[in-house]
Amino acid sequence: MLLEVKNLHASIEGNEILKGINLNVNPGEVHAIMGPNGSGKSTLAQVLAGREEYEVTEGEVIYEGKNLLELSPEDRAREGIFLAFQYPVEIPGVSNVNLLKTAVNEIRKYHGEEELDAFEFLTLIKEKMKIVELDESFLKRAVNEGFSGGEKKRNEIFQMAVLDPKLAILDETDSGLDIDALKIVANGVNKLKSKDKAIILVTHYQRLLNYIVPDFVHVLYNGRIVKSGGKELALELEEKGYDWIKAPSNSPKGGEKKVVTSN
Amino acid sequence: MEKTLEFKEWFIKNFSEFERNLNGEKTPGVHKLRKDALTKFKELSFPTLKDEDWKYTNISPLFKYNFSLDSSGKEISSEVISRFLFDEMEHSLIVFINGRFSKQHTKLLNLPEGVIVGSIADAIKEKNPIVEKHLGRYADHSNQIFTALSTAYTRDGAFVYVPEGKVVDEPVHIIFLTSADEQIITQPRNLFVADKNSQVTIIEHYVTDDEKIYFTNSVTEVVAEENAIVNHIKLQEESKAAFHIARTEIDQERNSNFSSLLFSTGAAIARNDINSRFNDEGSEATLNGLFIIEDEQLFDVHTLIDHAKPNCNSHEHYKGILDDKSRGVFNGKVLVRQDAQKTNAFQQNNNLLLSNNALVNTKPQLEIFADDVKCSHGATIGQLDDEAKFYLKTRGIGEEAARSILLHAFASDVLKFIKIKQVRDYLEEIISKRFN
Repeated sequence: MLLEVKNLHASIEGNEILKGINLNVNPGEVHAIMGPNGSGKSTLAQVLAGREEYEVTEGEVIYEGKNLLELSPEDRAREGIFLAFQYPVEIPGVSNVNLLKTAVNEIRKYHGEEELDAFEFLTLIKEKMKIVELDESFLKRAVNEGFSGGEKKRNEIFQMAVLDPKLAILDETDSGLDIDALKIVANGVNKLKSKDKAIILVTHYQRLLNYIVPDFVHVLYNGRIVKSGGKELALELEEKGYDWIKAPSNSPKGGEKKVVTSN
Repeated sequence: MEKTLEFKEWFIKNFSEFERNLNGEKTPGVHKLRKDALTKFKELSFPTLKDEDWKYTNISPLFKYNFSLDSSGKEISSEVISRFLFDEMEHSLIVFINGRFSKQHTKLLNLPEGVIVGSIADAIKEKNPIVEKHLGRYADHSNQIFTALSTAYTRDGAFVYVPEGKVVDEPVHIIFLTSADEQIITQPRNLFVADKNSQVTIIEHYVTDDEKIYFTNSVTEVVAEENAIVNHIKLQEESKAAFHIARTEIDQERNSNFSSLLFSTGAAIARNDINSRFNDEGSEATLNGLFIIEDEQLFDVHTLIDHAKPNCNSHEHYKGILDDKSRGVFNGKVLVRQDAQKTNAFQQNNNLLLSNNALVNTKPQLEIFADDVKCSHGATIGQLDDEAKFYLKTRGIGEEAARSILLHAFASDVLKFIKIKQVRDYLEEIISKRFN
């Protein structure tokens, strides 16, 4: 197994957001995590990437047999985890090429490999740029600064292609994209797919799943995975919306106290 | 208070001895200027925190020391000088050691006809008419005691003159190296005159080979005549125990273009006054700066851009990176006089605090008396962006490298204005060493 999430609880500033997530991801699989706004999808993505603002209060995450929660965000990335941000950060003064060069070489150093020379590096990024149809002038621009929404998302996929992760977590990479940009992004993701890599797609909409076909679909609601199924579950959600998931009869049995309110 | 008086008294008493050593440099015009300045020096007082212009800069530590004039005639090896040179750059180099011109280290390229690059002491001795005309004319000594001190003790410094229509292609690099076994004061007195339609790039570079206590009190006057272009870069890498008080006064005639870049990492207390005045229409001034300080260093820059005439543009951008208990002061005054319609004046000051104990006082000061102008100013004080740092980490970049990338990015906003790659590289190297 590549990733094993067991009873994961996480909170921020004392508010519990994740309330016992269980998720198993094997190499070669594509998992979609869907759910209404505020259900904890992005939190799960951020916790897996190592954001320190979230406190893991219970449970564990095993990645390739290692305790993931003990690794720093940079070591998680070096071990092959990649998070495509929902809102990629603008970094004025740092060029895309500088970020990538530093990232590639820091990762190589971690694995005891030699740094790439300028020629090898340029060959690598030029090849990967084609995947997301980015122009070369893009390399010299500051990271995400003044980028359109679509450019930012393409940049995430471009970085992913260069860093070649074993586990890619895409946090709402599809939201805000027009259909052409969506196809470019999906195409980029599909090119990364292989039998020893896995992808977790966090999304609000089913639309992306027309282009990246998931093996499993999980519905996250109120900090828990309340339903799992195959790709047909996404279609069902598209048709019925999330309300039927939210209905009390579908909420999982457990020790959670019901809050009684008077009418 | 007593200390301050003692400090002042010494310079008054010592003046006659200074005069005796001047020999041929006691030419009537310049010497009258010295004596006038000494009279003013006697009348003026050293600033305290009660003076509005020195409100945040406590200069009193300066008066704890008895600085003397250097008489050692110390020799410095080329190896030491070479540490402060830019790699593979063709340029003219003049060197001052403990305030005095060093012929041995000076190398001038083939300069265009009539261009003068050298020691102002020599120019004074030769009664150079350019020096006699301009020296002391812009840096008014009647109301600023450090300028009065500099003027009274006018001895040596750099003199650059570019005649009408001449372009000096390669930069002029001026090194002021202080290397003293005793606590000395050096007072470089510089004059840069660019005549009509001329162009020159001058790098004023303050360095030391030792982290000793000394005092640099420099005054630089810059004249950009009609349609002249002057690029001025000042690199201040003094000892972290030293005092650096510097005034740069710029006089701009019609359609002239002056740009200044101040890079400052040295001195226990560094105070810079940079004042530019537009005497005629169509001119442009760009003042940029980056200071990087730590421990208990204090850096202060006071700028004044005097829009005395219409249709002039000024841009100002100063940035600071402060660590530990260091303190930064920025005061940017823009004066737009009644006559100065169609003025554009932009000013920006951004500071990055790397520690909870660092402090910045920033004050934009716009005084606008014309009604058809565009002026803006802004100031920010913040910390390293945690979001950006996390983003870099998720790409496999470690804490140190992420920090270094972000600090370089912050600095690059100012460094990008340096057109000479070798100088930019030299500064990038300093930043890398400081933050890696």
